[in-house]
Parts: sequence; structure tokens; C-alpha cells
Amino acid sequence: MRHIISILLENEAGALSRVSGLFSARAYNIESLTVAPTEDPSLSRMTIVTSGSSDVIEQITKQLNKLVEVVKVVDLFEAPHIERELMLIKVRANAKDRDDMKRMSDIFRGRIVDVSEDTYTIELTGTGQKLDSFIEALGSSVILETARTGACGISRGQRVLRI
Amino acid sequence: MELTGAEILIKCLQAEKVEYVFGYPGGAVLYIYDELFKQNKVKHVLVRHEQGATHAADGYSRSSRKVGVALVTSGPGVTNAVTGIATAYMDSIPMVIISGQVPTHAIGLDAFQECDAVGITRPCVKHNFLVKDVKDLALTIKKAFYLAATGRPGPVLVDIPKDVTTDKCKFEYPETITMRSYNPVVKGHTGQIKKAVQLLLEAKRPMIYAGGGVILSDAAPQLTKLVRMLGFPCTNTLMGLGGFPATDKHFVGMLGMHGTYEANMAMQNCDVLVAIGARFDDRVIGDPAHFGQVPRKIIHIDIDPSSISKRVKVDVPIVGHVPDVLDDLIKLIDASKQRPEAKALAAWWEQIKLWKTKDCLRYDRKSKIIKPQFVLEKLYEITKGDAIITSDVGQHQMWAAQFYKFDKPRRWINSGGLGTMGFGLPAAMGAQMANPDASVVCVTGEASFQMCIQELSTCKQYRLPIKIVNLNNRYMGMVRQWQQFFHGNRYSESYMDALPDFVKLAESYGHIGISIDKPADVEPALKEAFKRKDELVFMDFITDQKENVYPMVGGGKGLTEMILAEEL
Repeated sequence: MRHIISILLENEAGALSRVSGLFSARAYNIESLTVAPTEDPSLSRMTIVTSGSSDVIEQITKQLNKLVEVVKVVDLFEAPHIERELMLIKVRANAKDRDDMKRMSDIFRGRIVDVSEDTYTIELTGTGQKLDSFIEALGSSVILETARTGACGISRGQRVLRI
Repeated sequence: MELTGAEILIKCLQAEKVEYVFGYPGGAVLYIYDELFKQNKVKHVLVRHEQGATHAADGYSRSSRKVGVALVTSGPGVTNAVTGIATAYMDSIPMVIISGQVPTHAIGLDAFQECDAVGITRPCVKHNFLVKDVKDLALTIKKAFYLAATGRPGPVLVDIPKDVTTDKCKFEYPETITMRSYNPVVKGHTGQIKKAVQLLLEAKRPMIYAGGGVILSDAAPQLTKLVRMLGFPCTNTLMGLGGFPATDKHFVGMLGMHGTYEANMAMQNCDVLVAIGARFDDRVIGDPAHFGQVPRKIIHIDIDPSSISKRVKVDVPIVGHVPDVLDDLIKLIDASKQRPEAKALAAWWEQIKLWKTKDCLRYDRKSKIIKPQFVLEKLYEITKGDAIITSDVGQHQMWAAQFYKFDKPRRWINSGGLGTMGFGLPAAMGAQMANPDASVVCVTGEASFQMCIQELSTCKQYRLPIKIVNLNNRYMGMVRQWQQFFHGNRYSESYMDALPDFVKLAESYGHIGISIDKPADVEPALKEAFKRKDELVFMDFITDQKENVYPMVGGGKGLTEMILAEEL
């Protein structure tokens, strides 16, 4: 089953490779991994989308907690949560289908952030599924390039991940 | 006053009361060696290969409960040390490894003797550091010793670039340290402990299974007390030998792949199992699905939450420092009026006695060729069970574990997790350094011994009177045994057709060598060797080539699917 694991860890050189090394060494799956410093620059927050049985997920959280630089680990799937991913997608937008492209972007609540003679670059956020649907709706013939961040997530309501 | 990084490092080691550093010099650590030279509080032991340095620091730690320290240079120095670091990691041994690194400005430029020490060792250390600024050095060393020794112990590597050893700053060594990201749980959960007590008192076929965690946390007194007050059977893993006295009537022997018949049967058929500082690994319980076929309640006490419910689901997990948790358990049992049902326990012991009648460790005592088991029985008698035994890896290791009865912890030193051939001799050096008055014996085989044979030279330099028991069967015995059992007697590459004359070899290193090829000569040779209190004696026992270790649970088989001697 798919899980999103959020990690607070010391913002130090090498911390990322300890986490990614753990996943490869113990043959756990990584679907996506994002990381950036938090409002407290001494800490980074990492979001890992992984999959596995409940036993495997339990081991993943235990093994992550064991890493010396990891401060806190939470499995967002334990409670209601919000998940978002950002995609930048560059599409072919010639004179004849420029309007179509704009309409499509609006339907998915994307924003056109760059325009050239033959292209649009659209910014789109949402769940991974929404981004997949957008790609499917456009069709591969018009897509020139995509860049996706991987998911990041946060718990709903009062639940917070902080030290 | 400002000090150089090298001076600061030595001051840190002194502050940590480090007695010995096992190491080998090289370009990147020359300033550190220069400072070592100028003082005499921290003694340096010069090994002949960096693998030896890490194993020696490891043996020192295992036999003394102190943190072992190794010092190696950059590049090949640290890559040679990796086997020893991984060995210590698998067995949770507290060690600090200092490695030299090329100067900070040269890192990443493929400099001479450069390697990514932190990257290479990352998967086999508890933690590691690259010190880029001399101002961070003292705090990093403090952290390294703290991390190595607390929680579930393990090796910690500190990589120090050469320019950091010459840069200067003010020296201040912190007395205490806290890390927000590292807070190992010590105290066991009271509610869980109460649940465990209830299960123990209601058990009809109980079993106590204790591993290396009991040795590492010095919980042998508590374990012994608990077993005796409950009257339950107790087994130790390979790593746990000595955690409970082997001569006690409650001890049913080691369990696992080469465990006793009675220990494996009791482990499989118990109704309440207490796992203490152990981790249900593949060499201990075999196939977890087979193990799970019998319903039983499992209590698991361990400092490391990730060891709990990893291979086997447990009912009552208790995370904590083993001696503290056992103290709490003992207190609650003392306070309870309830006692385990005597009739059921007596019936259980009857069953175990019946299993014991298999006499699973028997061997041919009338053999005209030396049986390895016989050598170990004699070694046990002659040393009165009081020696520190190190071993290499293979058949000899299993026979030593089966036939030497360890009554005390930290007397049995072997590479259980990683299974590192070449471990025995350097580990014995560390053990002898830590225990200068003890009899230290390295039980080895002719294949393992040659993997770190160069350390015979170190033994000479430091006059280490280690006694080496070489069970020489002219085969990589355990490989040959597997090939006999599971590969149709095809002894692929397990035979060594160019063995050295070990007696002459020992002599060339300045030691005493004895060759023994008759059973009648075993005892006199051992006696003669132990008379020579100040000398290293290499005893080359020419043993039965085709002897096997029994019982045996084949790889991936169920714990009770044992091959016994009679069945072949």
C-alpha cells in the first residue's frame, strides 16, 4: 500500500544520502522524495512516497528513526492529510491550438507561466493523480517536457510535525 | 592558547581515557602520529594491516566493555578497515575509528590516497562524520564516543582531513552532550512489563532466549537471577554465550543452526518465549514461517525498536536497556504472590530431558585421528573454563561455541553477524591488551588464520602471549560440510593444497610452534603451551578432515528440521 512518510532531520551534509542509502540497502521502494529546509534553517523536511505492507512500513519508520540525524518521523497516512505535487509542463502551442491549450490549462486550474511563439509552459499543482490526468488529457504529441517535484504532504487539523 | 587539530585530537582521546589506539600510519595522519609520539598517556599499537587494527579495537572492546579505538590513514587505510568496521557494526560493538583524509581543498579532486571514507562506511557504521573545520573537532570526537557507547552500541567513524590536523583553535572538551535527534529509550514501559510478568507467571512451557544484547549491556547478573527465580529453561545465541552460566542446570545449550537438539526443540515448542537482547536472525530461528507454525506468546526486550517484530511478530514488545528492564521484571515477579504452575513446569522439564537424551553433541571418542571436539573439551578442562576465547569463522567457531562452557560474559569473542574470517587473531590481541593477566586463546582453522596471519608480527612486537589452537583439517571445513550435505560432495575450491608449515611459520615470526597429530598428544601439548606464560604458542592440531558440525539446520529450513549425526 502507498504511504507518505514525512521526516524532520538535521539540515546537514550527508543526511539525505543516509536516508536514500537506507532505502536502497534494505530494498524499500521510493516512489518520490522531496527535501528542503524548514522555517528553522537547522532542520530539513523530507517527504518520501513509498509502498509496502504494514510490516514493511513499520520497519521503514523504525529504521528512519534509528538514523542519528533524523529528529522525527511521521506516516501521514495514519490520519487525514493533504498531498500536493507541483508540475511544470511545456507544451506545443501553435497558432491554431493556442486557445485549446489555454482552455485545457484553465479546466485543470493550471497557470501559464511562460509563453513563446510555439510553446506554453504551464504550472499545475495537485495530487499526483491530477497531474497524471492532465498529461493524459493533453496527449503525448503536444508535450515537449515535464518537470515534477514529487509529492509533499501535511496533516489536516491540529496535528503538526515539529520539535 | 590555541592548539592544532592533531593536538586537540590527542587531548580528546586522553579526556576519554583511551588506553590503546590500534593503528597504522600514513600520509594523511602524520601530524596525528607526531602528537602521539610526544605523549605517553595514549598508547599506540602498531598492527600490520588496517583490518587487524579494527578487529583488535573490537576485541579490546568486547573483552573490556570500553570503546575500542582505531586510527588509519586515508584511501587504502580506510578501505582496509571497512571489513573490521562492518564486523563491529553487525555485532553492535562500540568503536571509534579515526581516519585521515586528504586536505579539504583536495577533496573531490581524485587526490592521491583519496577515497570517500564517509560514503564508503555509511552503510556499516552507527554514524560517521567528516570534520571540515578544526573548531568542530573536539565536539565531533565527543559525539563519536557518546554515540558509539550509548543506546544500541556501534562503530562511529570520524574522517579528519590533513589540513584540519594542522589548523589551530582554542581547545575545549565538552563534559556532557545532548543531541536533539538522538535519545535512546532506557526505561521499559511499565504497562508492557506488567503484561510480560503476567504471561511469564501463566506459562506452562516457558523458554528464555538471550542474545548478545545481554553481554553488551552487562545484564548477565539480572538474566541469571531471573532464570533461577522462575526455574525456566534458558538458551543463549552464539553472541549471547556467557550471558547465562553454561554449567547451570537451567541452561539447555546454544540454539540455532548448530544449536543443541534440546534448545531448538524447546524454542520451537514453548508456549511463552522471552527474547532478551536477541533478534530472531536467520541463523537462530531458521525459516520464520516454519517457526510461526506453533502458536506461542512472545515477549521481546531490546534497546533497538527496529529489532522488534522485524522477522518475527511479537506480542509484548519492551524497548529499553536490558538490565533496567530485567530489574523491573524481577521486582514485579518478587512482589507477585502467583508462581508458575509447578506441575506444568515439571512436565516441561521432563520433555526437555527426553530431548537431551539424543546426546546431540556426541562424537567418536575412540578415533585414532584427532577429533576437533576433543581438542576443545581438553582446552576447556585445562583452562578450567576461565580463558578468553576468540575465534575465527567456520566449523572451529561452532565447535568452540558448543564445547567450551562459558560461565561468564565477555569470555567468548567471535564475529557472529558478519562472519569475518581473519577476526580471531587480531581480536585476541585486543583482548590480551585489555586483559594482560588473562589466558587468551584464539581458536582458529588453517583457512581463517591465513586471512590475518600478518598480525603474528604484532604479537611479537608487543609480547602478547596468545595461545593459538589451529584446528587444521586441510579444508575450508564449513564450506566443505555444506558441499557434502547440499552440493553432492562436490568440494569446489574448498580444499587448500598449498598450506604452509605452521610450526616453521610461527617460529619465523619469533614464536613457538607445535604440531600435534595424535589424540594422546593433545592434552600434553595444551599443558605445555599454557606453561609458557609469556610466549605465544601456535598449536597446529592435525584433525579429522571429514568431521562435521552437528546438529545442523540447513539454510532456510525450519528450526527443528535438524540433521543429526546418526542420520547420515
